Formats: sequence, structure tokens, C-alpha cells
Amino acid sequence: MTPTPIWRRYARLFGPDPAADVKDELRFHLQAKIDDLVTQGWSPESARQEAARQFGDLRALQQIGVRIGEKMERGKRLKDHWNDSLQDVRYTFRTLSRDPGFAATSILILALAIGANIAVFSVVNALLLRPLPFPDSRELVWIAPPPTGCGLSCATYSADAYEEFRAQSRAYQDVTGYEAFTTPDNFRLTGRGEPEPATGIEVIGNFFQVLGVQPAMGRLFTADEARGGPQPVTLLGNAYWRRQFNADPAIVGQAIELNGTPITVVGVLPESFDFGAIFSPGAKVDLFTPLDLKLEHDWGNIVTLLARLKPGVTVTQALDDANRVAPNIYFNTKYPETLGRYKGNLIPVPLKDYVTGKLRRSLIALWCAVGAILLIAGVNLSNLLLARAVARAKEFAVRGALGASRGRIVRQLLMESLALSSAGAALGLGLALLLIAWLSHQGSVALPLLGTLRIDGQALGWTVLVAISTAMIFGLLPGLRIASGNLQEMLKDSGSGAGLARKHEPLRAALVIFEVALACVLLVSAGLLLRSFVKVLDVDLGFQPGRAASIQVEYDDSAPTNDARRGKRGEIFQQIITRVSAIPGVEAAGICDFLPLGPNRSWDAPVPKGRTAVPGELPEPLVYVITPGFIHAMGIRLHGRDFTWTDGPHSDAVVLINASAARFYWPGEDAVGKILMRGKEEDRIVGVVDDVHEENVEGATGSQIYYPATQQQPDWAQLVVRTSMQPASLAASVLHALRALNPKQPAAEFRPIQTIVDRAVSPRRFFMLLVAAFAGLGLLLAALGIYGVISYSVTQQSQAIGIRMALGASVGHVQRQVLVRTLRLAVAGMVLGTLVALAVARLISSLLFSTLSWDLPTYFGMALALLLVAAISGYIPARRASAVNPMEVLRSY
Amino acid sequence: MDTAKLEFFRGTLDVLILKALAWGPLHGYAITNLLRRQSDDALLLEEGTLYPALWRLENRGSLDAEWGLSGNNRRAKFYRLTPQGRRQLRHEVRTWEAYAGAVAKVLGATQPPLSKEIA
Repeated sequence: MTPTPIWRRYARLFGPDPAADVKDELRFHLQAKIDDLVTQGWSPESARQEAARQFGDLRALQQIGVRIGEKMERGKRLKDHWNDSLQDVRYTFRTLSRDPGFAATSILILALAIGANIAVFSVVNALLLRPLPFPDSRELVWIAPPPTGCGLSCATYSADAYEEFRAQSRAYQDVTGYEAFTTPDNFRLTGRGEPEPATGIEVIGNFFQVLGVQPAMGRLFTADEARGGPQPVTLLGNAYWRRQFNADPAIVGQAIELNGTPITVVGVLPESFDFGAIFSPGAKVDLFTPLDLKLEHDWGNIVTLLARLKPGVTVTQALDDANRVAPNIYFNTKYPETLGRYKGNLIPVPLKDYVTGKLRRSLIALWCAVGAILLIAGVNLSNLLLARAVARAKEFAVRGALGASRGRIVRQLLMESLALSSAGAALGLGLALLLIAWLSHQGSVALPLLGTLRIDGQALGWTVLVAISTAMIFGLLPGLRIASGNLQEMLKDSGSGAGLARKHEPLRAALVIFEVALACVLLVSAGLLLRSFVKVLDVDLGFQPGRAASIQVEYDDSAPTNDARRGKRGEIFQQIITRVSAIPGVEAAGICDFLPLGPNRSWDAPVPKGRTAVPGELPEPLVYVITPGFIHAMGIRLHGRDFTWTDGPHSDAVVLINASAARFYWPGEDAVGKILMRGKEEDRIVGVVDDVHEENVEGATGSQIYYPATQQQPDWAQLVVRTSMQPASLAASVLHALRALNPKQPAAEFRPIQTIVDRAVSPRRFFMLLVAAFAGLGLLLAALGIYGVISYSVTQQSQAIGIRMALGASVGHVQRQVLVRTLRLAVAGMVLGTLVALAVARLISSLLFSTLSWDLPTYFGMALALLLVAAISGYIPARRASAVNPMEVLRSY
Repeated sequence: MDTAKLEFFRGTLDVLILKALAWGPLHGYAITNLLRRQSDDALLLEEGTLYPALWRLENRGSLDAEWGLSGNNRRAKFYRLTPQGRRQLRHEVRTWEAYAGAVAKVLGATQPPLSKEIA
């Protein structure tokens, strides 16, 4: 075989052509055969015929050839591509390892941004995107009245209402509910050494069946047990079972002692079921007992309702159904006049909306914040790549001259940004894992479903998506920029590539302005949220949470008559308070049944004496049954007098009301001394107290009324102690004093009142801290961006600076010039950012608390912070600029 | 025996092509000639069989092809063994020899085996 002559090499100039190749090959074969036959003595014409005959079906053969050829061509192209890519990867690692500082900086920046994105995505996924952890959870609805001012009592339903609603509704597979008026530590586990507190909740018998929760061990409640049953039974929560019973599987079927009564454990709930995480965020529930509706008929509104829709039934249809049923429902079937009380008050909403709907805006804001962080980080990466690309212009020019296509060079740059963002994503995933692990254990943050936080397949998918799109978007810009340049010009350019750098400077400056603007928006948002949070902390709660603590007190006031009970209870409470007040450091002590910012209840509306009221016209105040000393121990301001121990079962009935109630009943008058009618009973008002924030810190307050524990029946007893010391230091002595009076007193938690307030503001604190952290990160990244650009341009211009200094420019002059340039970029970014921030602030205004969206101090603070950071990141390169030695520069010419 | 009708056993064609190329690069026509001459005109390879086999082997990576000039200065496609093709050749020669030996043994037998052994 002789090599192909040069002209033949261009036969396939326009790419491979398998069809032509096959044709050529077969034609050659035919020709060779004809030649041979002619040599053997055939005439050319008959030789041609003979050869064609021998060859057979030429066309079929050609087709086979073309098919195989095309297949081969495809395989070859794929292989080439793969080889090129491998080469690019190898080259990428080589170039990146040659510049570890650049690689480390970019990877770190990306890791922070991508890590924040993964973590927030996981939070959003757990709270918003993922369905609730129940089978067919979309069928579950929460049924509640529209919000009102009278607390939990107006958000719940009576036992009769539940039964009638369940019987008459047609939209649901089944309806269930639970007893809403539970306080923490309402049980004590006895018979196992010291009494231990436990939180139990009474659920309607079919509660777990409706949710679709299967027990991990044992069984659920039977219908018989739900109606009182032959013996008391309970289901244990998984966490409680592990904590209190060391995950002992033999506990099922055994009896445990709650409040001194044996109660049989019929099952243990699965780990995936966390009542608190869904229905009472930030609080734990240990065990469940069936709610015997028979005993609850005269108790007023006590249950919350939830239900499972029939398949295919929409929430709107369910609402129509509820509106149809509502007029036929009694509050209490014994009283016909209570028919139709729930008209318009049975509104089903998807359970998911009830649980997390309020958080939607906050979460979306958070998601946007991390998105902005990613943009800033991406712009930084873009800027760094651009700076590097300029420095490497010669390398690209040489590669181009050696035959690398522009596409290949762009691909190379993309490969580099992909390598960086992949490494950043891997590191970011690690950071996110840490952050998620920390977040999911914030049990005290009153956010639902926080415990279900985890990095799952979706989060990993999100990571990959973020990493690739970051690399594509921010790697493409410098790539295209470089590839669009004139390679020859680059080759001719002097070593520093100064001309090229100048060409890219507007783009780099624009990128910096963009990221400063983004950081500015983040800072303003974080600032507004921070201001709101400070304002929330400043809210006058109506009581002094500092240096006060509470503990659940166990007492036994059983007596034959109500009066005897009141008397006995008064004695017990007085003993407790006297004993506890004697402890050194205790300033005041008192007992109340419901503490602020927790559950609450209301009774029928009282009527000012001498007035007749239309039902529904008067407010139903929240009711608190308290002892003397409580008002002082809570630090509630009082006008008039506190209850005394002489306000007993046989003396005049007395009450305290809050300022809102007083204003409502007797506007412009002093309420002290006035009479409120409770049915036919007269209650004399002895004092007016400040409004206490009972339901939440941020909302308005309604009417409140306080009764003495010696005249009305409290549901529980929470002892509140005010001290001059750290509240926690009193825990042991208070418990000791309580045990001395009642050995059955469990070791209930001694909770500083501040923790109750902290828990109430924890969601706001949570979001504020996250947004502030992201704003800080954004500021840092923007500072890095500014520093990068200024520092780079100083390096590029060191010759010019040197010459200017040689011509007499002072150090101060040079520094000032660099600083002015820096600040110009920062101010341009800030102006743009402020405009965007104004729009964004309006969008998040529903998340703010008594803070205007154009809150001036926030904007000034942001401007100051940005200018300061910009000045610092400009000062470092400015100093370097002024340190240029003019002589050296001149000599280098 | 009618040489034209001598069928190629399945798999024999590949090993013959590989063997033909063991001496150096050849184009398709030269391969048919070589096989005919070396088999003393017993093996007549049809074009319809040869070329698909060549292309298949090329696609599988056993052969490499390159355009060059034939003896009478025509453009022809030359096939050459790749290292993988050389390995394949060695392997198939061994298989073929073992097979042929076994077949020869059976056909060359002069007496039946002991009845115990086949029962």
C-alpha cells in the first residue's frame, strides 16, 4: 500500500460520507476483477458482464455497507467527544491545581451559597412542598370557625356538635378531633419511683384511624374503649416510650400508673407520628387517651375537628356541605335554643394549610434570600473567571492558533466552572447537612414539622440542578466573552494583557454593581426584619416575663360539695403560697390555671348590671382563675385591689377585669366597684389590670376576666414565682417545698416565664436570624467582589500608577483615586439596590411588625454598612497601589 | 467436490479474513484472491459475504481501515488488523483447531466405543 497523495486527502473535506466510501470500495473491487479477467484474455465487454454477474446484488450490499458505516461514524463521534471531554477534565484539574488560591476561594464562596440553598430548600420542602406524613394526606381537612377574639373556646366545638356534624355530613369518610384544652405536664407518671410529669392529650376514639396512623406495636383504641370502655387505656408516643420506658416492647398490655390510677398501655405509636410537630409546634405530647364524649356533653366547646374527605370530594364541596349541615347542629342538644349556633362557623381547610399556611410567605422570602445569595456568589465566580480568563488570554490565543475551536475553548471554561461548582456543591452539601442537623433539633422553635427536616433525594436533585445551572450561567459569560475576542490581537498583545483587561472592565464593573445591589436588597430586608423583631421584643406584654418562673402544681381538692371544695382548695393554695413565699429570694408567688401565650378558654359573656344584652353583642372574655399574689408574681399592673384570702366561698363574689373589658363595659368610667352579672350571680369588680397578651405577642388583645380560685373552679394550677435571683436557681427549693406539702407532686419542669415568650416569638426569631445570616453572607460576598475587581485593576495599572508617582503624584493622591473608584461602584450598586429594595420591602411588608417598608433608619444603616465594607475592601488594594515603587516600574520599561 | 458450493461454516469466515490480514494490510479484492490461492482454489469467497463481514469486523474494532493506492494506482480501502483483531485471531485459531481436531477424531474412528462408556 502506498500512502494517499496529498490531493486525495481532501476527498472527504466536507466530513465523513459512509455512502460514498462504500460505493468507492465496491467500485474498486469490480474494476480489479474486470482487470484480472481482461488479463486472462476476456474481452473488456464480456469481462464487465462476468464481473457484474459474479458480484450479485450490488445495491443490497451497498445498503448493508451504508448502514454499518453510519453506525460506525456515530460511535466514532461519541468516542471523540468522550475523549475531548476527558482531556478537558484533565486539563481543568491541571489548571485549577496550578492556582489553588483561586480554586479554594471560588469553591468556598460557592459552598456557602449552595449550602444555604440546599438547607433552605430542605426547610421549604419539609414545610411547604412535601405532603404531611399521613397516607393520602391531601384528603385531610381541619375544620375551624373564622378567627375571633375569644381564644380557643371560640375555635373549638362541643361534644354534641361533633357528633351531629359527623352524623349529618356527607363529604367525609370520617370526622375526628382531640381535646384542645391540654396544658403541658397535665399527667404525672407514678408507681415508678419519684412521680414524673407527662403530657397527655385526649383524642376522639377514631383519631388515629382517620389520620391513617398505624401503631408501631400493639393496637389502636377500640370502639368500646372510645366510649369509656371496661378499663382505662392509653397509647404511648414513640419518643416518650423510648425516653421513659427505654423502648421496652413488653410495656404493651401492661398497666402504668397515671395520677395514681392504673391504665393499660394498648400500643406504641410509630416514630413517624409526632403530634406536637403538626398540631402544637414547639411542644411535645407523650401519650394519648380516648376522649369519652359521654362525659363531655355539658362542657361547652372542647374539641377541635379534623376530618378525612371522601375521595374526589373537594374542599369547596365540603364547605358547601358544612354550610348545609351547620343550621341543624346544636351546641347542646339539651337546650333547643342552641340550635344553629355554629352557622358559618364550620369551615374546612386543607390540614396542610392549617399547619403551615401561615409560614408560606416567610418561607418564600427565605427562599428568595438564598436565591439572591446564589446570584451574588455566581456573579463573584463569573468575575473571578473573567479575571483569570483575561490573564490566560495568551494561553487561549495559542490554543486557538493551534487549532482549538472557539467552542472548544468555551467548553474548557465551562468545564472549569462546572468543576468548581461541583466541588462547591459537594462542600455545600456537607455544610447543609450540619445546618439541617442543627435546625431539626431546635425543639423549642415553634415551627411545625421541623423534626422531619432531612436531606432527601429531592434535596440532592436540587443540589445537582443548582450546581449545574450555576456553572452554566456564570461560566458561559466569561467563556463567550473570551471566545468573542480576536485571537490574533491577543497574541500580539504585550504580556500583561492590559488592553484586554481594559476592554473587560465595564463588564466587570457592571457585575460588581449588580452584586452590590443584590446585597443591598438583602441587607434592607434583613434590617427590616431585625427592626420588626426588636419591636416585637419591645411589645408591652402586660406582664413582666423576666425573673419569673412557673411550675405545674398537683393538688387534691376533692370534697362532697362545691363550697367544701372551694374551701379546701383555698387552704391548700394558701399553704403552698405561704410556704413558697418563705423561700429566700422569692418576692411573690401566686397560682393561675392558664398562663399567657398558651392555651386559654372563655365562658359565657358576663353582662354589666342594669343592662340587657343581645346575645353576641358582648365579648366573651378569656377566663383565668387565680389566687391572691398571682397578679403581683406575674408583674401585671393593677388598679384597685388584688384578691385576698378573705375573698372566700362565702364572701361576696369578686372579679378583676382587664382594661379592654373595662373600656368596653363602661367607656370613660372607672370600672372598679361596678357589678358584672354572671347569669343571676353578681360579681363585683375590685380591680382593673393591664391587657395581657394571651394568645400571641404580635396580635391585639381582647377582653379578659380573672376569678378567685376560692370562688370558681380552676382547671389546673400553675404556680408562678417572682424572684430577685435567677429563676432557675430556685427550682430545687420550690419543688422541695411543694413535695413537703404533697408527696405526690411530680418533678414538673420549673419553666422561666421568659421561655414561654421566647417560644411565642421563636418563629420570627428563626426567620430573622436566617435572613440576617444570609444578608451577612451576601455582604461578605459583595465585599469580596469589590475587592476582587479593584485589586485586579490596581495590579493591571501598577505601571501607570508608578509613572504617575514618578511624576509627582503623592501616596495620598493615589490611594484616594483607588478609593473613589471603589466607592463609585458601591454607590452605583446602592442606588440600584435601594430602588429594588423599596419594591421588595413592599412585598415582604406582611412579614414586618410595626415597621414601615421604607423605614429610614434601616436604609441608612444598610447604606452605612455597605459603604464601610466597600471602603475596607477598596482600602486594601489602595494601600497596595500606593506601595508601588516608581523606580522599579520605570526600570522595567 | 464442487468448490463453488463449499459453504463457509458459521464463524469460519471471520477467522479466515483475520488470518488473511495477518500478513499485512490488504483491500477486499486482494483478500478474496489470497484466500483462493492459499486454499488451492477450494475457497471461493463471494463479495456479498466478504464485505459485510469486513465492515462488521471494522465496526467491532478488530480491523482498522484506511484509504490508499492499489498496485495499479487506484484508490482502494485497505484493512489492517488492530491489536484486538490479532488477539481475536489467536483465540479463534485455537478454537477452530480444537473443533477440527475433535471432528476429525470422530470421523476418523475405526471401531465403535465400548458400549459401557456411552450407556
